[in-house]
Amino acid sequence: MSSTHATECATCPAYRIANLTKLGVDMANHDFVVGLAGNPNTGKSTVFNSLTGLRQHTGNWPGKTVSRAEGAFSYEGKRYKIVDLPGTYSLLSTSTDEEIARDFLLFGQPDVTVIVVDASRLERNLNLALQVLEITDRVVLCLNLMDETRRRGLQVDDRSLARDLGVPVVPTSARQGEGIPALLSTLADVANGRIVCRPHRLKSEPAGLKRAVEQLTGQLLAAFPGLPNARWVALRLLEGDPRIVEAVQTGELSNLAGRVTPDGSRALNIIQEAV
Amino acid sequence: MSTPSTGQEILNTASKLRWDVGSNIHDSLMEALYADAARIADKAVTRAGEQPRFDLDRTIDRLVTSRWAGFPIMLGLLALVMWLTIAGANVPSSLLASLLLDQVHPALRNVAAVLHFPWWLSGLLIDGMYLAMAWVVSVMLPPMAIFFPLFTLAEDFGYLPRVAFNLDRFFKKAGAHGKQALTMSMGYGCNAAGVVSARVIDSPRERLIAIIPTNFAICNGRWPTQILIATIFIGSLAAPHWAGLVSAAAVVGIVLMGIGFTFLVSWVLSRTWLKGEASAFSLELPPYRPPRILQTIYTSLIDRTLIVLWRAVIFAVPAGAVIWLISNIKVGQPSVAEHLIQWFDPVALFIGLNGVILLAYIIAIPANEIVIPTVLMLTVLNTKMAGLGSGAGVMFELDSIDATANVLRAGGWTVLTGVNLMIFSLLHNPCSTTIYTIYKETRSAKWTTVATLMPVALGILVCFLVAQLWRAL
Repeated sequence: MSSTHATECATCPAYRIANLTKLGVDMANHDFVVGLAGNPNTGKSTVFNSLTGLRQHTGNWPGKTVSRAEGAFSYEGKRYKIVDLPGTYSLLSTSTDEEIARDFLLFGQPDVTVIVVDASRLERNLNLALQVLEITDRVVLCLNLMDETRRRGLQVDDRSLARDLGVPVVPTSARQGEGIPALLSTLADVANGRIVCRPHRLKSEPAGLKRAVEQLTGQLLAAFPGLPNARWVALRLLEGDPRIVEAVQTGELSNLAGRVTPDGSRALNIIQEAV
Repeated sequence: MSTPSTGQEILNTASKLRWDVGSNIHDSLMEALYADAARIADKAVTRAGEQPRFDLDRTIDRLVTSRWAGFPIMLGLLALVMWLTIAGANVPSSLLASLLLDQVHPALRNVAAVLHFPWWLSGLLIDGMYLAMAWVVSVMLPPMAIFFPLFTLAEDFGYLPRVAFNLDRFFKKAGAHGKQALTMSMGYGCNAAGVVSARVIDSPRERLIAIIPTNFAICNGRWPTQILIATIFIGSLAAPHWAGLVSAAAVVGIVLMGIGFTFLVSWVLSRTWLKGEASAFSLELPPYRPPRILQTIYTSLIDRTLIVLWRAVIFAVPAGAVIWLISNIKVGQPSVAEHLIQWFDPVALFIGLNGVILLAYIIAIPANEIVIPTVLMLTVLNTKMAGLGSGAGVMFELDSIDATANVLRAGGWTVLTGVNLMIFSLLHNPCSTTIYTIYKETRSAKWTTVATLMPVALGILVCFLVAQLWRAL
């Protein structure tokens, strides 16, 4: 195919979805790592299945996925490894499934994190989404279950959401395959840096806390140069989170800081050994 | 790069600063987070017009989780699923058996004869391995092909969390975590999956309490045993048109007994070795979603039925070889199998089982799926039935449930043997995969041993009591 053809076709939606190759479990030589996070029972596994062509068992009850499932797809010539994380309500708790999700987001450093939210229960779902935005920059919010939301007489303004959260928002109904092409192209845009996110960060914190956080963040960055999400780590340390305290003590954080490869593979291996 | 001392310095700073910022930092952070979430969501969501007056989800929930109707609905659904499985599996089962056992098996033997296989080779390959596999397929495939899609449809619809909701207060009384109802439900598919799903429980204490009794949920491998034995021994006690319902009721009875033992064991554990308070949790009742019927049937056939069947076949093939070997290697006049059966018989008969069943359970430790085929083969061998099969260790042609029943009765089986086999199938050690999974999840040899041996001890005890009671009446 000539290059002029390719540019013409590339703008057509049919062409773009045709660019998706479901690779199943063939995860070799991936260019990007994508994490799928979200509350329980919002359809993460359904999104995962429709992207990878795998048939990770889905079920209509919270807590169906308790370990990480991994798969791959290729889109526009780039290979993506995608990790379906257990559903959680927060990133603070200590149960095994929540820890798997949090450790991956923090130490696995995915290139893009897709937060799958239930559009009909937006407020509660945003609690987790905001916590994820505290940890990581490159995020796509997948506003899932739009069909149920419409049936319940609700309308969700995805553009207002995108503006407030500072990340792209894609409405989908994954069970029907609705919105998956848009999700894919947005995901690719974020992964390739065509879209730059400016995620919402908590502002309303007391002055005393702010000073403490700044002091600790400075010290952390001195000890672990290049540490992403140092602010979040500082907050966790102030709360005395045992897992983070351990990561500081053992120097595990330096694995994050010294990371140079863009695909997250090294950090991923560290997690895999730990799990 | 960090050195341990800088890490320690950071931690020192953190604990010093912790005094400055006060202890309510967690609360104030969470408040800020919730406030932001509420503000953003409020801006984005609008309610178009009025909420529909009739809320179907609420109405269904009120019914299926109500105090008086919740449990009857649960039992009714379970009985319906069982009945559909029992009634529907009979015909395809005998079709498969007549194809694989009556047609293919003689054909294979002919091929072996033409190729001049030595007797032991054709015996081992065709009478041992092939027949074990054929048996597993014909006994297991039809019930699984009906049961799994039905179970998956209920799951897809959103019924499982309601079951958890209903059972929660019992688990709480037993000192266990309410989410144990979910891990138990998973156990009905596969015990190993049930053990893994206990990860949703936060406290290690409650997780152990959830893992140890997983075995009391009848798994894929044991449903066919329960269904077959219930049909032969319990269903036949009733008039023919009631037989299906009565057998289904017997299986439901065993399921209830398993749930009873789950509560009992959880209760004992939480009051002795694993003392503690039940922790609170929130369970989300997800919206009912219309099941995607075709997709569900497809995935449950491909993913569950065929995978489970494949696993059964993989375990059945070497087991078939073992059965053939112990039936054909002779020590003195009788074979090894006959020695073992005679050796087990006194104890087994005392607890209302027989030596054949105990030996079959030992051979079937790798996979519960092959218990029934093994039992049948060993029974024929031990009773030296004439005209059935064509030599020692052959899993013979039984193309209907009646024929199976005749063999078992000829082997000295009574209704008591049937009842106790159903009980023992519920209460015995988990399969090797589950034992390994328990070890992987608990990292404790002690608790793995408890989870393995406690059900066997219970099984022997209950079978003994039932046998005593039966004989006394």
